[in-house]
Amino acid sequence: MKRFDISRLLPGGRWWIIGVPYFWLLVFFMLPFIFVLKIAFSEADVAIPPYTSMFEWVEDTLSIHISFSNFVWLGSDQLYLIAYWNSIKMAFFSTIFCLLLGYPMAYAIARAPARTQATWLLLVLLPSWTSFLIRVYAWMGLLKSNGLINNFLLWTGIIQEPLQMMNTNFAVYIGIVYSYLPFMVLPLYANLVKHDHTLLEAASDLGAKAWVSFWRITLPLSKNGVVAGSMLVFIPVVGEFVIPELLGGADSLMIGRILWQEFFNNRDWPVASALAVIMLLILLAPIALFHRYQNKESADEFS
Amino acid sequence: MSSVERRFTFVNIMFWIGIAFLYLPMVVLVVYSFNESRLVTVWSGWSIKWYGELFRDRQLMSAVLRSLEVAFYSSTAAVFMALFASVVMVRIRRFRSRVLFSGMITAPLVMPDVIIGLSLLLLFVAMGQIVGWPQNRGLVTVWIAHSTFCLAYSTVVISSRLREMDRSLEEAALDLGATPIRAFILITLPIIAPAIMSAWLLSFTLSLDDVVIASFVTGPGATTLPIEVFSSVRRGVTPKINALATIIIGLVSLTALVSWYVTRRIDQRRRAEMSVH
Repeated sequence: MKRFDISRLLPGGRWWIIGVPYFWLLVFFMLPFIFVLKIAFSEADVAIPPYTSMFEWVEDTLSIHISFSNFVWLGSDQLYLIAYWNSIKMAFFSTIFCLLLGYPMAYAIARAPARTQATWLLLVLLPSWTSFLIRVYAWMGLLKSNGLINNFLLWTGIIQEPLQMMNTNFAVYIGIVYSYLPFMVLPLYANLVKHDHTLLEAASDLGAKAWVSFWRITLPLSKNGVVAGSMLVFIPVVGEFVIPELLGGADSLMIGRILWQEFFNNRDWPVASALAVIMLLILLAPIALFHRYQNKESADEFS
Repeated sequence: MSSVERRFTFVNIMFWIGIAFLYLPMVVLVVYSFNESRLVTVWSGWSIKWYGELFRDRQLMSAVLRSLEVAFYSSTAAVFMALFASVVMVRIRRFRSRVLFSGMITAPLVMPDVIIGLSLLLLFVAMGQIVGWPQNRGLVTVWIAHSTFCLAYSTVVISSRLREMDRSLEEAALDLGATPIRAFILITLPIIAPAIMSAWLLSFTLSLDDVVIASFVTGPGATTLPIEVFSSVRRGVTPKINALATIIIGLVSLTALVSWYVTRRIDQRRRAEMSVH
């Protein structure tokens, strides 16, 4: 009997199967970045669309205008540098907090009896299926100065004056950790659940204390899960817009928010594009790291 | 060995702290949606009047319908393409520019929303100028944008199931004379059907949830629910949104509960069958 490849369903089936998603992603994912890059090097103009064109035919010769003014502008204004720095700092500490809370949670689920693991996992993931916006909004009601947390603390007499929590970086951290925690737990669980228990038993037979075997066996083995989870939190948080906008104050400058303002309020498309280009450059290394460990994880499944 | 059910170990305590952290705000939201008072944090008795207000809000209700429509089309298109992409990722190991392909599949998972939104809008504007389409942005452009990022998530879900699948079943069908297309439809598709279903549901909720990308690529008159909610939440906390949130939380919990129960039953039956044989 002759074996058929699944990809030979149709004449040229292989090319359809590769081609449809490939073409879609090229047009609607790759190509857009080229336009961002192009517009980042053009100048703002009072026109529709509001930027100068890069290529122009002047007397039968193609003239190309490349302007670095947007990048010079970004470098000269402290505001943008502070926003980039804030975004990276916020993303870094949020990742640490998610890791500190998410690792024990993932560990607890991975060590639970096999038949209940799905249920515990569901419990952790369920909130993330309800609207992201509504979960951030829920915190607004809790953190306001006449909100529930302040009311509770005043009622118990712990504080005399309401604490200012809304519109602070503290609120932004709460919102980010709350929203991104499942993104940390899921890859960590997927990694931890595959670990071989006999290694830990061997370690304890040899007299290792629980924390020693955790530190020297479990943690190093879960490195791929830690990296994948951390990048899944770090990268999107750098560009986060909704959480700082709703929970943060005027000083919670994050680059996603500045980009939004440049684009929608100032209608300066070239500067917004330049902001996006630099954000992408910053994220290039973490994205590559994520991709590498993602591949390693799926390669492990074959071995 | 610790487990979630027993013992007060450090790990278990952290687990329950995490769960409390995740659920407390939502419980408060649900309780306060039944509050009589206009002031969101002052309790003045039970009432369902905000639900009535919510359903009378024409603008919000039509945004709900628009969002459901976009989510339906986006997740369907995304799952269809993700099925192809999963076959490529799992079964077609070698072809030119495979690295680019797998890179483009995973990149939307982590790419910040503002970058995806901005870049797609700039593409649509440029396409409108060069090829004359799309002239205006609206539901179609939101649909394209959502399909693109849902494709990435769907591929992760479907390809992991396809990877685990036992290929000998397919090969047996081929040996018995089934054409590849029949083998794929009769054997492979039913086996990966649960993954296709969960990929579709995931895409549906992701599309329903997105505010940033939709804000960039939508046009006047095509406001989706999250955009509507975002603009009203920005103005402050309103009891109507509490009611809406409660309905969403209720529907999601119900769906999750039903699917949890069904998979549990299937699991139990399988276990029972295995112990009989």
